[in-house]
Amino acid sequence: MSDKISTFTVSIYSENNIGLLNRISAIFLKRHINIESLTTSQSEIENIFRFVIVVNVSEIMIQRIIKQINKQIEVISSFYHKNEETIYLETALYKVKSKSLFSEKHIQKIIKKSQANIVTVSPDYFVIEKTGWREETEKLYKELEPYGLLQFVRSGRISVSKEPMNISNLLGLNTDK
Amino acid sequence: MNSINKISGAEAVIRSLIEEGVDLIYGYPGGAIMPIYDELYKFQDKLNHVLTRHEQGATHAAQGFSRVSGKVGVVMATSGPGATNLVTGIADAQIDSTPMVCITGQVASHLLGSDAFQETDIIGISTPVTKWNCQVTKAEDIPKVLAKAFYIAKSGRPGPVLIDITKDAQFELFNYNYQKCNSIRSYNPISTCSDDLYDKASEMINDSKKPFIVFGQGVILGNAESEFKKFIEKTGIPSAWTILGLSALPTDHYLNVGMVGMHGNYGPNVLTNECDLLIAVGMRFDDRVTGNLNTYAKQAKIIHLEIDPAEIDKNVKCDIALLGDVKSTLPKLTKLVNNNTHDKWLKTFSDYYKIEYDKVIHNEINPTKIGLTMAEVIKEINVATDGNAVIVTDVGQHQMVACRYAKFNDSKSNVTSGGLGTMGFALPAALGAKMGAPEREVVAVIGDGGYQMTIQELGTIFQTGSAVKIVVLNNDFLGMVRQWQQMFFEKRYASTELINPDFVMIAKGYNIEANKVSKRSELTLAVKKMIESKKPYFLEVKVEKEDNVFPMIPTGASVSDIRLE
Repeated sequence: MSDKISTFTVSIYSENNIGLLNRISAIFLKRHINIESLTTSQSEIENIFRFVIVVNVSEIMIQRIIKQINKQIEVISSFYHKNEETIYLETALYKVKSKSLFSEKHIQKIIKKSQANIVTVSPDYFVIEKTGWREETEKLYKELEPYGLLQFVRSGRISVSKEPMNISNLLGLNTDK
Repeated sequence: MNSINKISGAEAVIRSLIEEGVDLIYGYPGGAIMPIYDELYKFQDKLNHVLTRHEQGATHAAQGFSRVSGKVGVVMATSGPGATNLVTGIADAQIDSTPMVCITGQVASHLLGSDAFQETDIIGISTPVTKWNCQVTKAEDIPKVLAKAFYIAKSGRPGPVLIDITKDAQFELFNYNYQKCNSIRSYNPISTCSDDLYDKASEMINDSKKPFIVFGQGVILGNAESEFKKFIEKTGIPSAWTILGLSALPTDHYLNVGMVGMHGNYGPNVLTNECDLLIAVGMRFDDRVTGNLNTYAKQAKIIHLEIDPAEIDKNVKCDIALLGDVKSTLPKLTKLVNNNTHDKWLKTFSDYYKIEYDKVIHNEINPTKIGLTMAEVIKEINVATDGNAVIVTDVGQHQMVACRYAKFNDSKSNVTSGGLGTMGFALPAALGAKMGAPEREVVAVIGDGGYQMTIQELGTIFQTGSAVKIVVLNNDFLGMVRQWQQMFFEKRYASTELINPDFVMIAKGYNIEANKVSKRSELTLAVKKMIESKKPYFLEVKVEKEDNVFPMIPTGASVSDIRLE
């Protein structure tokens, strides 16, 4: 196992309690580690929450962090994965002046080519949505930038692992519905 | 199950504490916790509340109580400054795995987030230093949250829990019903490991020519002293303790080879780097134990017996991890290992002890110079108490000397702030220790610096009448920092010299009998008189101003580079 820094996706299954986010982020804070992205949502199990956190650290460090996360009372279990071990996506929204859409033919080609969707169009602006890898949303950002981006926002990573995480087993639940 | 019709949240707090077997609370009242204190008034025949002079004192007293009794220490404080004053003690309890439940009052729930009077986000503040914490805004949640709090504090690797209760929840009436908590679905207090690991570990132990054990507080917290003794006596393995493991094994046991770490004994430190097998029992490889990790026991195979999976491979990579409470893991291992002795290897430890004795120990406990040494005071305490006392220490030179030279026959006798190194710990912790073990002699050994950080707790000792014996080893310096300044900062004594008050007069001001010695000829009698007293007693001993504690592993050095001078 190396000290080399790489990107890891941390998946945490937990109870849905106030304060747990603070407790988990404190584990990173204590070790002076920046969180690249963080998403929380309902998981596949009722009343069980899922955190997806992306960090750039060494594998030794991520193993220690996982143990500290697992130690938290309200955490059911946590896992770390390398990029190749997960299916992951991010969603980005781009708000662009409507004027550019009609005056610049090129912009329509960009949207088509990048497989982005137009979410809404109004007289003043229109909004494009693109879901994909970071490189793809960034490429679209760069392509749209010259036409004047009014707003840009990107979600945290959402990811599912290729291997099962067996949370139901840990909780003693039967998911074969 | 106990069912009563409609009571207030405040009364529910008290009833829940009684259900958990609590009969002693340390605390300090204030606005946001007044409804609970009002109930305490009604229940004073069942619950003894000790009013400390500062909330920090309450936490350390609860720690001292817990460390000698094995029970959960309970603390109460009001919101805002009351709550923030708990933080040092909570952090101390967290790093030293002391079970503690702190209950704080909070402003009414409709005021949360409004910067109300004495509002502070104690949940946010205490999160990194608690095993668990929880804010309660509804009375109906009080019983189940407190049940959870006690279960979490004492199960698995123990630790502090903080419960913050808004004032409206304390007033609210509800149908009370208490059920103890025995499990939480997301929490697994004790991990286990497969049987083949025990087979492998026992093979390793049987094959080892130079095995060495370092044991920590896990042995004490697991009440596994006899299991530990059986294991070492069967295998004949020399065993050294971390500062928190001290007293788990009698100091005069033939396999007890002393202390590891920065000011530990010569042999155990040097031989850490010569053993072929290191067995770590309920300890966490703190940097004060290991010195430079890159040169720590690299030649040895390592077996780690530990309750907390997060400690495995955290600092030192082990070959085999035996997860679980040492109370159950040690007997499993004992069953599998061969009867053995390691006389020649054990003798190596005594050879090193001889070197240390000649170079350091002899001069410390039988000094010929005029000034008194800290070690000779500890020796006198050993004699006067026959090694049966609970010794409570603060942080610094006196702590290292006390731990090095104190004799212990019984477990749960050494109470000190190990991981956090909290000056000001000892005086309130000694009060708690005396209340947790009233039949035992409790001697607080404190430096003149740390003593003045919580000196106001003399008031609590006076008010409770707890017969704590207080020894202040006064060198008019923050001695440990001064030692480092001498050794590593060319004697630039920046802000370490203290001009001290008349400690005897202060103690007498609190109606505590007090004495002061500065001559060797007076020492034995003065200590004897103190121990014979049935009341709280204060003894100041003027010691040599610029003595140093040796041996010492300088920060970042290897354990085998321990210095004798």
